[in-house]
Amino acid sequence: MLADQDRIFTNLYGLHSPGLDAAKQRGAWDGTKFLLEMGRDWIIDEMKQSGLRGRGGAGFPTGLKWSFMPKKSDGRPHYLVVNADESEPGTCKDREIMRHDPHLLIEGCMLASFAMAAHACYIYIRGEYVAEKHALQRAVDEAYAARLVGKDNVHGYPFDIYVHHGAGAYICGEETALLESLEGKKGMPRLKPPFPANMGLYGCPTTVNNVESIAVAGTILRRGGAWFAGLGGKNNTGTKLFCVSGHVNKPCNVEEELGITFRELVDKHCGGMRGGWDNLLCSIPGGSSVPLVPAEQIIDAKMDFDTLKNLGSGLGTAAVIVLDRSTDIVSAIARIAYFYKHESCGQCTPCREGTGWMWRVMLRMAEGRAQRREIDMLLDVTKQIEGHTICALGDAAAWPIQGLIRHFRPEIEKRIDRYSANPHSDPVPMAAE
Amino acid sequence: MANRRLAPASEQPAAFAFSSENADWAKGQIEKYPEGRQASAVIPLLWKAQEQNGGWLPQKAIEAVADELGMPHIRVLEVATFYTMFALEPVGKFWIQLCGTVPCDSCGARGLKDYLHHRLGAPGHVSADGNFSWLEVECLGACCNAPMAQINQDYYEDLTPDLLGKLMDDLAAGRPVKIGSQVGRTSSEPLGGADTLTDATLFDGSRVGAWRKRFEQKDEENEAGKAEAASSEQRAASDPKPARPDAGRAVGTSATDAPAQRAAAGETPVKAGDKVDAADRTESTAQPNKSAPAAPETIAKAEAAGAEAGTQSALPRNEPPPQPVNSGASADAPAPASAPHPSDPKKGN
Repeated sequence: MLADQDRIFTNLYGLHSPGLDAAKQRGAWDGTKFLLEMGRDWIIDEMKQSGLRGRGGAGFPTGLKWSFMPKKSDGRPHYLVVNADESEPGTCKDREIMRHDPHLLIEGCMLASFAMAAHACYIYIRGEYVAEKHALQRAVDEAYAARLVGKDNVHGYPFDIYVHHGAGAYICGEETALLESLEGKKGMPRLKPPFPANMGLYGCPTTVNNVESIAVAGTILRRGGAWFAGLGGKNNTGTKLFCVSGHVNKPCNVEEELGITFRELVDKHCGGMRGGWDNLLCSIPGGSSVPLVPAEQIIDAKMDFDTLKNLGSGLGTAAVIVLDRSTDIVSAIARIAYFYKHESCGQCTPCREGTGWMWRVMLRMAEGRAQRREIDMLLDVTKQIEGHTICALGDAAAWPIQGLIRHFRPEIEKRIDRYSANPHSDPVPMAAE
Repeated sequence: MANRRLAPASEQPAAFAFSSENADWAKGQIEKYPEGRQASAVIPLLWKAQEQNGGWLPQKAIEAVADELGMPHIRVLEVATFYTMFALEPVGKFWIQLCGTVPCDSCGARGLKDYLHHRLGAPGHVSADGNFSWLEVECLGACCNAPMAQINQDYYEDLTPDLLGKLMDDLAAGRPVKIGSQVGRTSSEPLGGADTLTDATLFDGSRVGAWRKRFEQKDEENEAGKAEAASSEQRAASDPKPARPDAGRAVGTSATDAPAQRAAAGETPVKAGDKVDAADRTESTAQPNKSAPAAPETIAKAEAAGAEAGTQSALPRNEPPPQPVNSGASADAPAPASAPHPSDPKKGN
């Protein structure tokens, strides 16, 4: 188990005050000026050395991302945009950072902006997080009042930070959709290239980072990239907030080392599996977008990017949804399919039409009202959606269904056989929408 | 995609204007964005308009926001219908948004849904007393506290049908309610308290400044490193061994790289013939004027032969060599990233 001394989010549960004075006691805003004086290249090098991979789901190395920003401004301002549009089902970590440790985030914004020569930062928070928005705004106001940020601050680097909120669209968690939304449009993803590092917010160089990636920056720079790289495993370094939900005895958020095993995570922090380990059916280890992993494969798996990728799934946002044997797994995946149907922005045809189609087929399969050959047809359609859309929502909609068919095809077939073995009246036709 | 329409004309109010307080607030929002980018404030303004209008967004409010921001009406209508938090039809005094996505679903959201169905009827309708309306929504991001619902702006977590029923009774009667977890959790810690983050030194300020040691140590190491470098220079002066020649490449491999060394490093061994070729090529293309006009036919032949055989050792030395094929390129390239370009003499052997 990770030692308390190595935890970055020391007020994760809100047992202490989120205010500036208490945050300073816990080590935030400690020597920020000193870190800034070490220079831009030092900051980026240290972040690269830490091996920090983006915490928003894709796992792209954060230091490398920062280094993509133009070294010299061509006259356009640079922007840092923090993605706090946390909507991936299962994920509830950024919320705790924003309401309980907001100063780590604000300090991280300052450091990251300096490293990228940005003088303005927008934090895009999801609209439903009203209390979190107010908490974050309070912290920003405190930082302004203490002249930690602002045009004329004690650090000598002019820097403004703004809290912006959305209004309930999962797709705005995609970085270019987020930028569109921030510009006051519908949140429809943009084609890449041009990448945001060249043409982002208002056509200016922009970097979009997850809240957690930014909030850990201050501590990494203080304690050193080597310290962070010493936690976890090779290529999967550092600590990570895990959000364990579902059928464990005590669902919770917890900061742990990457590479902790699933069993240890659940036993140490979540009071064990509901009904014992034999009751585990499967887990969705990285938020609803990643394919599920059945019990026998996940139970002793290391929770890190590479191990889960090799299991045909992914760490994603480390939102671990645990499902026990009482779960109707086909219905659960049908519910996820509904989620993607609901959240598709409607821009690309394969996704707009495909998500609805998949959901309707999944609904029938959950009842067994389908043909066996439709399983392969469904799998084929998921492959046609995957990779044929502008953003990754199409992929995210396809993967859970692929995971279900990969691991639970006998379950679907059993339902179909059971349904067809019994007499039924004609099903009610359902119109496409 | 969600199918969203404006409320029927019979329910639309005749006019909408921001209250003076909200108008001031709106100006403050617009100032957050660079000049000419006031459209960025469209979501906050619509949100405020919805708040002022009792929780839903009429057409007039959409138009008022558009005029305020100098945007075409259709652009704001687009935004209002795209984002699902804008309620386009009237809602109850308490607007219940029940999370029904998988983590909540697996922890009992279906029971809550049945309860709301039973108590309030179909979703999207305001109850007879005007107090409640409800809707199943997608993940609200409080999954460790599932199942949960958002009522107006507040989250109510760890619900059961009984707790939700009591909560709704309290709200309707105007009694104070507890926001957040309904089973006594502070936030998302394990029920009954966490075993982590118990170290008192995290909170007493003793961590402040502790990290600076790292930099002090580093300074000392730098001093020590300098001393060592000086002494090794002295040693080198007293023991004049020939240094290994530098290969002059960007990557730091020495010039004496034998096939055995490469094999030891896990690379494909290179045939001597390939190596000669690679050397030839770079040498001759570095001086194209000498050899290129000499015998174009031979060149063409050589190229064809080279492409077939992969090696071409019969050519005279100052003929242009065959075009690089894979074996020739790999002879000089320890890693693909540093594959030599034929026209760059520096990178050749």
